[in-house]
Amino acid sequence: MSEKLGNVWIFIEQEGGKIADVSLELLCKGRELAAKLGVKTEALLLGNKVESCVDTLYSYGCETVYLVEDPRLEPFTVLPYAKVIIDLILAHKPNILLFGATMKGRELAPRVASEKLAGLTADCTDLKIDDFEDLKNKQSYKNKLMQIRPAFGGNIIATIVNTWDDPQMVTVREGVMKMDAPDKSRKGTLVKVKANLSDAETVVKVIERVRADKDVDLKGAQIIVAGGYGVGSKENFKLIYDLAEALGGEVGASRAAVDAGWIDHDHQVGQTGVTVRPRLYIACGISGSIQHRAGMSESKKIIAINTDPGSPIFSVAHYAIVGDINQVIPQMIKAFKAKA
Amino acid sequence: MSYNVLVFVKQVPDTQNISGEAMTPEGTVNRAALPAIFNPEDLNALELALQLKDRYGAKVIVGTMGMPAAAEVLRQSLYRGADECVLITDRVLAGADTLATSYTLSCCVKKLGKIDLILCGRQAIDGDTAQVGPQLAEKLKAPQLCYVEDVVELTHKKITVKRAIEGGHEILESPLPALLTVIEANEPRPMGGKKIMKYKRAKTPSEVAKAHANANYTDAEAIATEIESLESRGLLIKEWSAADIGADPGRVGFAGSPTKVKQVMSVVLTAGEAKSVPANAAGISQLIHELISDHTLG
Repeated sequence: MSEKLGNVWIFIEQEGGKIADVSLELLCKGRELAAKLGVKTEALLLGNKVESCVDTLYSYGCETVYLVEDPRLEPFTVLPYAKVIIDLILAHKPNILLFGATMKGRELAPRVASEKLAGLTADCTDLKIDDFEDLKNKQSYKNKLMQIRPAFGGNIIATIVNTWDDPQMVTVREGVMKMDAPDKSRKGTLVKVKANLSDAETVVKVIERVRADKDVDLKGAQIIVAGGYGVGSKENFKLIYDLAEALGGEVGASRAAVDAGWIDHDHQVGQTGVTVRPRLYIACGISGSIQHRAGMSESKKIIAINTDPGSPIFSVAHYAIVGDINQVIPQMIKAFKAKA
Repeated sequence: MSYNVLVFVKQVPDTQNISGEAMTPEGTVNRAALPAIFNPEDLNALELALQLKDRYGAKVIVGTMGMPAAAEVLRQSLYRGADECVLITDRVLAGADTLATSYTLSCCVKKLGKIDLILCGRQAIDGDTAQVGPQLAEKLKAPQLCYVEDVVELTHKKITVKRAIEGGHEILESPLPALLTVIEANEPRPMGGKKIMKYKRAKTPSEVAKAHANANYTDAEAIATEIESLESRGLLIKEWSAADIGADPGRVGFAGSPTKVKQVMSVVLTAGEAKSVPANAAGISQLIHELISDHTLG
């Protein structure tokens, strides 16, 4: 095929006109991939009355926005979204299509990929452009998307390649791609597209919808103090909150602490929680399962406090404190207040 | 008129307790080396189906695609209250990604005939993709209701479910047939003692043949008689090949999978040598001082 390579597309997720962070992270990564391939970075923005988002998308480096506005696209339901995206794919033949691995992205992307008979890789943590030799089928492919993801509960990292027709589709974990600073001087092209929907796509009705924005923002936090099973009790989590407050950070937790009912799931860091990369991560009484480490090992500085010197958490730590958090944390608060 | 509810389940390696050696050099799972369990969220899907059976009257059929040994999760489904089971097993299905798997399962659904509801766990703990449910729904051109916590109401026209969304929940209403993916929001019932007594003899035809082979006794007629006897007592686990379900060989297994594994590596997370900080006032004071000087703190 001597056809021109298709562009890099990003599905923009929005809730009430507010763009999800992961979509902006993907615009930044998408720009990098598009530059490597010599193609454009383009966004799909679906919803009702969401045109006000367009300038933000340009400022993060998006060159074209396909805007599809229709009352039937609000609130989000899978079937009409999938239909609109399939129509756009067939019309414009993108090379790559990225979704955030959010609850919405993970129910929408497979529906689209299945209809398009495209490959789809879930929950990627890195993306690269490289060549691929398929030794089994004796085929070689140039400039394919390397889709890198953990599997087997985080025990292995696999690189997956989609060898069928485009687009190469993936969902990407929230918080792992770096968000560059926006540049308000950037401009792009707006393409308004009419949704071509029939009754078949609107059979599922939303009868009731209850939601609230999360009251914790771990992804945006520069300092995170996280507690694990070693904290010992719900009451003792006060120590973690005290340290976070003193240092001006957010409170995180391991799965064990969440499962014990000491703290809400919104605070969970790791494979099944949030991936974070703050300036400072303090792991308190966290043994450091591979699932937890996968969610925080890219933090700039990591302090681990644990009574067991053999804890795996120390393998990713920059500072190791073998000791009891009940003694260490009050000393940290005292020392910080004395110096700051 | 009762409902036909189909639950798809998967036998998975217990990924909480393994190391990187569990992979073959080709990058596929070395299943033989791992303890196999009932995928946790599939148990929640089965429980929800059994609750529908209790509330509305339903025939609960449980299906799985896997190795012959996956018959074990089907027996465990019978111990919990399933009515009928089917194992889809065939060498040509090996190496399937989620697209090939969902196509294969869709062929099984079509072969089963009238199905009102399909339930799956949200995702399996070996791949964590959560893709097969939505892809199967698309293959059947049926609506998908994902992240379901509970069924509010079921009638012959429609189903109303409560499902999780980011930061809250929704009540969704959909016509039948529909596909639900279920999250860990119920307590799967234990296996029933009487059911275990009854169904521990349930077998697939190849398990029957294997038992005969092990006893050095391979009389085809005897095998056929035993299979017939199991079937008459409701103890036969159906076993279908790709051809039995009318699957196109080019769309199943490795051949039908657009995604290929290029490379697999064991995860090694290290930050280099950690600096040891004494757990006393002087050590901690020094640490805080360092973090303030390099602008990590303050």
